[in-house]
Amino acid sequence: MTGVSRLDNFGAQLLWRAWDSALPDSAEIPGNLRAVFERLAHTEVAVPPRPLGDGILAPILAVGRSVLRFRNHLGDFVVLLGQLAIDAAFVFRHPTQAPWLEFSANLFKVGVRAMPVTALVGFLIGVVLSYLSALQLKAFGADVFIVNILGLGIIRELGPVLVSVLVAGRSGSAMTAQLGVMRVTEEIDALSTMGISRYLRLVAPKVAALTCAMPLLVLWTSAVALFGGMVSARIQLDIGFSFFLETLPRVVPLANLYIALLKGATFGLLIALVACHFGLRVKPNTESLSANTTASVVSAITVVILVDAIFAIATRNIGVPI
Amino acid sequence: MSGAVIELRGLSTRFGDVWVHRGIDLRLEAGQVTALVGGSGSGKTTLLRQMVGLLRPAEGEVRLFGEPLFSGGRLEQAARRRRFGMLFQQGALFSALNVYENVAFPLREMRTLTREEIDDLVMLKLAMVELRPEHALLMPAELSGGMIKRVALARALALEPELLLLDEPTAGLDPDRSAGFVRLIRELQRQLGFTVVLVTHDLDTLAALSSRIAVLAEGRILAFGTLDEIVQIDDPFIERFFLGERSRAALVRGKEAN
Ligand SMILES: Nc1ncnc2c1ncn2[C@@H]1O[C@H](COP(=O)(O)OP(=O)(O)O)[C@@H](O)[C@H]1O
Ligand SMILES: [Mg+2]
Repeated sequence: MTGVSRLDNFGAQLLWRAWDSALPDSAEIPGNLRAVFERLAHTEVAVPPRPLGDGILAPILAVGRSVLRFRNHLGDFVVLLGQLAIDAAFVFRHPTQAPWLEFSANLFKVGVRAMPVTALVGFLIGVVLSYLSALQLKAFGADVFIVNILGLGIIRELGPVLVSVLVAGRSGSAMTAQLGVMRVTEEIDALSTMGISRYLRLVAPKVAALTCAMPLLVLWTSAVALFGGMVSARIQLDIGFSFFLETLPRVVPLANLYIALLKGATFGLLIALVACHFGLRVKPNTESLSANTTASVVSAITVVILVDAIFAIATRNIGVPI
Repeated sequence: MSGAVIELRGLSTRFGDVWVHRGIDLRLEAGQVTALVGGSGSGKTTLLRQMVGLLRPAEGEVRLFGEPLFSGGRLEQAARRRRFGMLFQQGALFSALNVYENVAFPLREMRTLTREEIDDLVMLKLAMVELRPEHALLMPAELSGGMIKRVALARALALEPELLLLDEPTAGLDPDRSAGFVRLIRELQRQLGFTVVLVTHDLDTLAALSSRIAVLAEGRILAFGTLDEIVQIDDPFIERFFLGERSRAALVRGKEAN
């Protein structure tokens, strides 16, 4: 080895293994490299510890853990609801403590700021829905039923769900992330030491603002979507705006609008509650922040669709012309 | 009434199966500057969080200003919390608010002050922590570590608290800045006369600021007394902490600064 001038640990280790952990008598090692091998000879190579697996019980343990995690979520959620109820009672007795400023700021953020994007998506969905329906209706010569399809479909079903999905992605994730970051930077603790309830100051305004903003957004988006559908119907089926608007109230009973508004408020409430629930669960590290934000959006959309199904069953006899 | 500002009675803290504190008794008198020292992970921050009610004791109780920390209705508890200020290790400034708004926040919470009064008070507090008026509009993300601590100190002092809790006030500052910050706290403490509890690893800070030292180890208070009393105690942890070569030099430096 006289030709070698430098040797790193990895190289030395390779040789050392090949030599079965001893210097062969025949090896000629330059003086400056001897130290490397001596170090190897004196250190016992430890085996890095591997995390213990669950073995064959893994699937059972996984089920058990997810049940416990679910129970844990449920417990936290009940605490959240309880605290909000306590705070509501407190504000009722001390109206000056109501967080109006935060409420209006949140209303602007989740309501007004969401208007362009919901309008754009609503318009396009309206156009596409109208276009596809028109193709079918034309084949049967049932052109005028486009009003029924669009009116019922958008107002009763599509509007609220569409807005919920957009709002969960837009405002729900923002709420979770905001609470989470405040958790990571200890801002929530700083608030507590000032004697300010996080539920009253951070959670309640968000929940109230989204519950109020969602019905309005649903109204707005459904209107724009209907407009999109109208435009498309006029181009394809030659159905004029005035005919469309005159027919709409006749074929879509008003009850559908009330159902839509009720759905909007309910979905808004649920999205905000779910978002805040996950936001407050964030542990002070970035991994937990991203995991909870994702979970928040996915859970919010799932919950909305589940509750929408419940609505569909509960209101199956209301507002549907037979 | 006794002059105890903070009194811990048989306080224990538990996280899951781990006991961080077991039966801590501690009485801190008004006007004193008490340093809480101990190894990393010995539960100093946790003890501070117990004192301000961010955690609930598993056993025992915390009394603040002679009353149990969690006694009284919601408004009474909020009023009690306005009597102390806390400086978090990372500052915990509200990242969505600028420097001015951060310091104004606790003042606005009083809901009794006018705009002009708040303006005046905020500028006064900023001057007290040696920040210039043009810093008022910066966001927390634009501040250096030392400035964050100053702003956080200004916010903690906004309501002129009787008690100030500092978690590692000089950690992460270079020696020059940390000496400056220590001098600032000492001067403010002499002027305003509040009680201070601080957690620190830094012996310079310790010697320069504290009138009492509480040593936390193995979940209990190992010793409590003045620096001179503490160094007399025969205990391996205390010896390692205070009597090493570097420690002695730091203590001498700190005392000279005092
Ligand atoms: N929220 C928590 N959950 C679980 N363990 C915690 C929590 N906070 C602190 N601990 C544990 O308590 C011990 C004391 O922490 P801490 O008070 O931060 O120590 P330090 O003295 O360094 O400030 C550590 O072992 C830490 O892991
Ligand atoms: Mg700490």
